[in-house]
Formats: sequence, structure tokens, C-alpha cells
Amino acid sequence: MRIPGLSGSRSDDDDAVRTDGGVRTNRVSRLRSISESDFVRSMPYWFVPFVIMGFFVYGGIGWNLLVSLTDYTGFGSADYGDLDFEMYVQALSSPDVIAASRNTFVLLVVFTAVCLVLGLALAIVLDRQIRFKEQIQTIYLLPMALSFVVTAQFWLWMYNYNSGVINIILDAVGIGRIQFIGDPRFVLGAVIFALIWQFSGYTMIVYLSGLQSIPQDQFEAAATDGASTVKIYWRVIIPQLKSASVSAAVVLMIFALKAFTFLYSMFGTYRPPNGSDILATLMVRQAFKFQEWSYAAAVATLLLLMALVVIGPYLYYQYQRGSL
Amino acid sequence: MSRGTTDRTLFDRLPGFDLSRALLYLLILFFVAFFLVPLETGLMTAFKTTQGVTNTLPFFPPLGEAFTFQKWVDAFDMLGRGLVNSMVLTVPATLLCLLFGSTAAYGLTLINWRGQIFVLVLFLIGIFIPYQAVLVPLSRFWSMVPLEEWLSPLYVLSFVQPEHAQLVELIITDAAYGIPICTLLFRGYYLSLPGDLIEAAKLDGASVTSIYRRIVLPLSTPMIGVVFIYQFTQIWNEFLFTLTIVGSADSPAAPVTLILSGLGSSLSGVDFGMRMAGAFIAALPTLVIYVLFAEQFAEGLETGG
Repeated sequence: MRIPGLSGSRSDDDDAVRTDGGVRTNRVSRLRSISESDFVRSMPYWFVPFVIMGFFVYGGIGWNLLVSLTDYTGFGSADYGDLDFEMYVQALSSPDVIAASRNTFVLLVVFTAVCLVLGLALAIVLDRQIRFKEQIQTIYLLPMALSFVVTAQFWLWMYNYNSGVINIILDAVGIGRIQFIGDPRFVLGAVIFALIWQFSGYTMIVYLSGLQSIPQDQFEAAATDGASTVKIYWRVIIPQLKSASVSAAVVLMIFALKAFTFLYSMFGTYRPPNGSDILATLMVRQAFKFQEWSYAAAVATLLLLMALVVIGPYLYYQYQRGSL
Repeated sequence: MSRGTTDRTLFDRLPGFDLSRALLYLLILFFVAFFLVPLETGLMTAFKTTQGVTNTLPFFPPLGEAFTFQKWVDAFDMLGRGLVNSMVLTVPATLLCLLFGSTAAYGLTLINWRGQIFVLVLFLIGIFIPYQAVLVPLSRFWSMVPLEEWLSPLYVLSFVQPEHAQLVELIITDAAYGIPICTLLFRGYYLSLPGDLIEAAKLDGASVTSIYRRIVLPLSTPMIGVVFIYQFTQIWNEFLFTLTIVGSADSPAAPVTLILSGLGSSLSGVDFGMRMAGAFIAALPTLVIYVLFAEQFAEGLETGG
């Protein structure tokens, strides 16, 4: 019995009455039940989008894997007759790829962690009787409404050596100016800081809706027990935000892997400054600047694997909780 | 609302926070500044002459001789073509996403069959994959499809050039990769629809199609708004596919994002006044949507990310 499906229509009931007949009726009714099954009836709705999406997503991934096994470079066409893992060996032993992987990892971890902590702090602060709460929330979320292409321009200006706001502040407090974009020691940090500026409003929104779903009496019960505010949050409230944290972290990590657009728009070239190259920029550069298609495809596969390491457990976790 | 009224008394009773109300507002104010300074600086800079940009503090308003409107005019001259291209590509791509996302969500939610979780997971993975993983095939694929030839009858129109075939390629590409997230957004909403309404319709013998048209679609108007806003913003801002398919900012088909990333830069450096004005012009449609529909925007983010 399919649970609340669309199966209980009148013709099915008629069949049920008549199925004490011979093999023939059985076969007819079985055929009918297949043709009217929910699978078939739902087909017209999901199948067309599925084919379009599947062609571009899974067709693309498959083709990319295939290209990564060839030696395809330049402007000709690929030779699919001679497949090997040479490009993966080359990629994994390249110092550029290793440096880019390290940068990707640092970006992923620092960006995600700081966004979560800052977003939670902002949500806790705003989850109070605050004047102009709506307006403040709108301001905090405003950077999120802008695209990487746009925010990259603002931050390029913010980090400008002579006239950028950050350097003016640093100068004023006596630290002195820093070449944020020219200095490999600082450029990745500068990019991460800008991304945190853009995305902590997003985690705030996620946490805020999580906080608002926690019943008020839990605060009160804990407060009457004499627990301090910090303790109430640490022991009672934050553990309940686990699923909100997991979802937000996954979304942030995926954004971090996609930070290509930010880096490209900020510097306007395929080659970001030394110290800020990530796998995503390296891949695009190898493909569209140097036409090293199969090498780029191999790097893309590595990037895809990193993403799957994040998504796989997440989807499984969601499935276990029954929220798929 | 009941929460709001208890909040204040509770807040006062919480130990250790009695004095801190002023501090709290100070903190809030600090972050208001933190989030606004880059935008405010950009806006002020956009109204300054090149002299003004170098001579005044970046976040100070443009006064006297430093003020000019010229940068906006220049930036608009450069971006005008891109704005048209972006609009031509974003609206149809968004509508395609809405159509396919909504039907896919319906087919995978309100009709029960066992395989749907598996199909759904395939959709979900499509949301999260880094697009680098399909970029090489994508560029190969579109170089193999002779779309430019197929559209050649259109070139009699004076404003259509062969390069504009790239816009059609972008529409299809953006729509295809937007389907998964739209499916997820619609599915979340459909799961929350009152089940008994649909049950009742089923008992009356309504077909799958008529339930969709008569019940689900009318009920999903608010969600259509949310998804439209979310997806419009996404596609308007899209960059990676645009770079791959259109490539050059000089192309007649270049959308606004592509032109912006090199705007006002020359050997002598970047004209920041013009760059900032350009950034605001490029962001304008999405900013208007954000200000008008902040609530729906936040809702789309909460579920979609």
C-alpha cells in the first residue's frame, strides 16, 4: 500500500472487486496498475527537468572525467583512444596545485568558521527586544544581496594602498600601511575577510530563524535555575542549533569553493596575485588561458571530489533525519 | 508577538546583562558601520572627480570641486549594452527555472513513489557541485552546437549579431543549472501545503494535472515570488558561465558582470570613481529587488543558501 498517494481512484476499487477472475484479468489489472502507478503519473512533471538538468550536470561531469583521462591540449579536438591517469599524476605532483589546494583549504575552514561564529553572535544580539530590528537585519544582510562581481570592486578599493579605507585606519592607529594585494602573506587573508563581510549576514539569518523556533520557556526555566546567560546559551540554546549550523556550514563551504568569481572580478585576470591562487582559479586558468583542457579537467575532478566530501555526509545526515 | 512582550522582562532578569543594554546598542552600531562602510565608501567615491578621489578621504562626501556626476555617465555608457544583454538573458532563464523547478518539485513531492528520494538526491547534488567540474565539457559542447547558424535568419534585424547566439547558450545553461535549486525551494514549500486539501481533491477524482493547475499552482504564488527573486538575482550576478561562453568584455553579447570586472582600468591604474559607479549600476536591479522584497529574499536564502 502506497501511503497517501494518488492511488485510491475509483477505477482501482472496481478492479479490486473483480480480481477474483482468472489469469487474464490479473494481467490486465496489473498492466493498468503499472500504467496508472504514481511513478508513471509523476513522470511528465519531473522527467523533463530531470533530463535537462541531468544532461548538463551528470553529462558534464562524465565528459569531464573522460577529458581528464586524455592528453587534450590546444585548439584541436580530443583523442579519446588513449586514456590514462597521467594528468592526475601531473596535477598532484605540481607545486602550484599543492599550493592552491592549501589555499582552498585555508579559505574553506577559516571563512566557514568565522562566518558561523560571527553570524551566531549577531543572531544572539538581534534576538532581543531591539529597536529598529528589521532595519538592522536588512543592513546586515545587504552585502549578501550583492554579487561577488560587485563586492570585489568595493574591496579592491577598500584595500587600496594609498587611499583605501583599511590602510587609512591602519595608518591612523599606528600600525602602518600594508600591501594587502601585493603581499602574498596578506592577500588570502584579505580575500577571506571580504568574504566574511559578505556572508556573515547570511549565517545570522539562518541562526535567527533557528533561535526563534526555540520555545521561550527554555530560557525562563534555565534562568530560574540560576544559570548565567552565557551558560544558558552554551548548554541549552546552542546545542539546539546543530542542524542550522550544519546547513549553513555546507552552504558556506560550497560558496568558498566557488570563490573564483570574487578573485577573478577583483583582479580582472585569470592569474590572481601570488598567495591567493585557489583550485577554482587554477582550473579556469589552465583551461581557458593555456588551453590545457585535460589537465584542467583533472584539477576540476579534484575540486569535485572536495565538494562531494562535504555534500555526501550532509545529504546522508539530512536523509537520516528524515528531512529529504 | 507574545515572545516580544516577555522578552524585555526576561532580558532584565538575566544575570550579568543588567548594565549592558547600552553596550549592546554600541555593538549593533559597530556592525552597522562594518557592513555599510564599503558600500558608503563606494557610493561617495562614485561621485568624485579623479582629483577628488586622490585628494579626499575615501569615505568623505564629495564636496565642492571634488563633486561630479560624470563617472556615472561614463560608466553607464560602457555598461548600457551589458545591462540590455543581462536583462535579455536573465528574464527568460529565470522563467524557465521557475517552470521546471515547480513541476519537478510537484512530481517529486505530492505524488508518492518509492524512487523519488533517489531522483531528488540527484537533483540536490546538482545544487552543490562546483561548476568548474563541467566547464571544459560545457565549452566543448557549445562550440559543437551550431547555434550561430541556426539563428542566422534573425541577423536581418539590425540589433541582432551572430555573437548574440551566445546569449541563447547562456539562457539554456543558466536555466539547466538553476533547475536543482528551484526544485529544492519549491519542494520545501509543497511539503508544507495542507495535505487534506489535496487528499480531498484526490477523493473527488481530480487528475494529477488538474490538482497541479487548480490547487498547487494557485497556492504557490508566494513561493513563485520568492523563487523568482532568488533566481533572478543569481542569474543576473552569474559570472563563471558568462566568462566561459562569452569570454570577452568587448563582445556585443557581453552581460554587465563581464564588462564590470575590467571597467575603468588602464595602464595608469584603475579609475575608482568610474569603477564604483559601474558597480552600483550593475547592482541596481538586484538592489531594487532586495529593498522592495527583503522578506522574500531572506526566505529564499534561509532555504536555498
